[in-house]
Amino acid sequence: MTETEALVRVEGARLHYPIGGIVSAMRGLPSAVKAVDGISFTLHRGESVGLLGESGCGKTSTGRLLLKLDDPTDGHITFDGEDITTIRGEALRRFRTRAQLIFQNPFEALNPRFTIRAALSEPLENARIPRAEREARIHRVMDLVRLPDAAQFLDRYPHQLSGGQLQRIVMARALILEPDFVVADEPVSMLDVSVRAGVLNVFREVRARMGLTAVYISHDLALVRYVCERTIVMYLGRIVEDGPTEDLVREPLHPYTKALVAAVPVPHPDQSHDPLPIGRGAPDPRNPPSGCSFRDRCPMAHARCAVEEPGPSRVGQRLVHCHLYDQADTRPAARGTPA
Amino acid sequence: MEPLLSIRDLSIAYRVGTSEMLAVENASFDVPRGAIVGLVGESGCGKTTLARSLTRILADNARIAGGQAVFDGQDIMALSERRMNALRWREIAFIPQSAMNSLDPVYTVGSQLAEVLCRRGNLSRRAARRRSEELFEWVGIEAGRLGDYPHQFSGGMRQRVAIALALALDPKLIIADEPVTALDVIVQRQILDQLRELQTRLGISVILVTHDISVVAYVCDRVVVMYAGHVAEAGPMAATLTRPAHPYTMGLRNAFPDLASAGGQLTPIEGAPPNLLHPPPGCRFAARCPFAQPACTDTVPAPVTLDDDHVVACHRWAEADTLRTRAERSETWMART
Repeated sequence: MTETEALVRVEGARLHYPIGGIVSAMRGLPSAVKAVDGISFTLHRGESVGLLGESGCGKTSTGRLLLKLDDPTDGHITFDGEDITTIRGEALRRFRTRAQLIFQNPFEALNPRFTIRAALSEPLENARIPRAEREARIHRVMDLVRLPDAAQFLDRYPHQLSGGQLQRIVMARALILEPDFVVADEPVSMLDVSVRAGVLNVFREVRARMGLTAVYISHDLALVRYVCERTIVMYLGRIVEDGPTEDLVREPLHPYTKALVAAVPVPHPDQSHDPLPIGRGAPDPRNPPSGCSFRDRCPMAHARCAVEEPGPSRVGQRLVHCHLYDQADTRPAARGTPA
Repeated sequence: MEPLLSIRDLSIAYRVGTSEMLAVENASFDVPRGAIVGLVGESGCGKTTLARSLTRILADNARIAGGQAVFDGQDIMALSERRMNALRWREIAFIPQSAMNSLDPVYTVGSQLAEVLCRRGNLSRRAARRRSEELFEWVGIEAGRLGDYPHQFSGGMRQRVAIALALALDPKLIIADEPVTALDVIVQRQILDQLRELQTRLGISVILVTHDISVVAYVCDRVVVMYAGHVAEAGPMAATLTRPAHPYTMGLRNAFPDLASAGGQLTPIEGAPPNLLHPPPGCRFAARCPFAQPACTDTVPAPVTLDDDHVVACHRWAEADTLRTRAERSETWMART
């Protein structure tokens, strides 16, 4: 990773949702789900980063924090040097135009009573873009998402478009204010395989052309790999591994990432059917284990994992939160693939 | 050996307003004994309709418009409702899409299993209890959890419960509609492994409906590719995925991200499937096919059997090898928009 300018900095962010009432409190049950539990990372300008993990790992909550759709319970998030946890007024308004969300379900993200033109005009009106300029902006963004024959679409309603076309409109809506930063939450999970590739290609192209900084939230490593050069893997509200996607796919380091990579089926007859290097059971976000939150499913867990939360260790270009790699830089022996 | 299920020229129509729409048209394929058959295609291709027709649990506005499905010597489509009911669950079990959300939230999973075993299987309460424990052990859940309610299980565990329910009365065939679609990849893998293990142990057959060709590649013996109500291609899994003979299957391969490869460009199939209320006269895929010729838009291609039990419905089947080479280049698919 070349050292480029940081756009977004997340420092020790937590997002805890209160659960239960007085009864569960009296029973000694947890009073909060720790959706995000102390994560730190930096996004550099122009970088495309995947947030990867199972349902309940906190990836969507992290996305919401990045866009200030939620404020962290604890910790700080800065955007272009400004602390977004405290901004308000005009500064907040400016942030809202510069950071955008690409929704997951294109069939629900657009108002069915709005024409495509109205859907695309709305953000322009909100941002007080003069009327004279709007039509030109709309055509420009339609070109950008590869719907060049704009006249054919603008007066239609969402139900008249296919899923792939709708997702491009959803993308256009997020891009029309020319943001610096977008968060895309599983943007192709509702689409059929044959059209998915088209939307992903548009995403890649747009990112490169606009120099966007992008976060792509997904549970699908193969998709993340296609659009992101860097990936952050989350497990139960914490980061377990963060580094170049190709390294992570080729040689996953954290025991959880190893299981995740091994579990992805590939479209070939020849593939490994070996048992996954992971314990059965599902992570319970209400009641994570002490120390390392992965230890109850980890085949490599040892005594220390129960008492001490692993901090980040640097291995090559990666950060790994696992005691197997403690002081990995000085003890390269710890790096080997555990048997 | 006689296949367990032999589907021939099966057509299923939905009444839409005053007209009818053929969601499945002249579908033919076999399900051998002791095999997992993947039924793969995009939304609206008819795969779920076809799967549901095999236990005749179709919507009110649907009807069998022709053809047969011979299961163990009898045509499912011609059975009386009473005979069909006797077949359901005991011979053919159906796991509906999002089965994990179809469990009744107000009963324990144990009592839902007991209901099936006692009512349909005529087991005594004691025998049902023993059988439930056995079923739970098969699908990898502790018997102690029979007293739990569905909400106390994770998504993957609920899917295991649904599999246990399907296996309850020792069926010969299980039809699973998108059994792993809503699950995380690790859980997905564990469920597929479990399904394969049980299928081998019990010698049953499985029809696995999915949109995911990598799930097919992981667990299926055979694959049936559907497109817009037609069977485009069917055959042994390895042969069909490595040497697809239908341009649609070739296109799907290019559109699918592959973690094992170097990570080249993905190529979409431009366009969308036809509206089945007004289907085109020829091949259903012709409008999106880079290899379409005049004949393709005029007449529906008849299925042709290539070697090794591999059937394809494409006018240009004889040129499949050449087309496959051309299909691997993404320019081939970009020429048409």
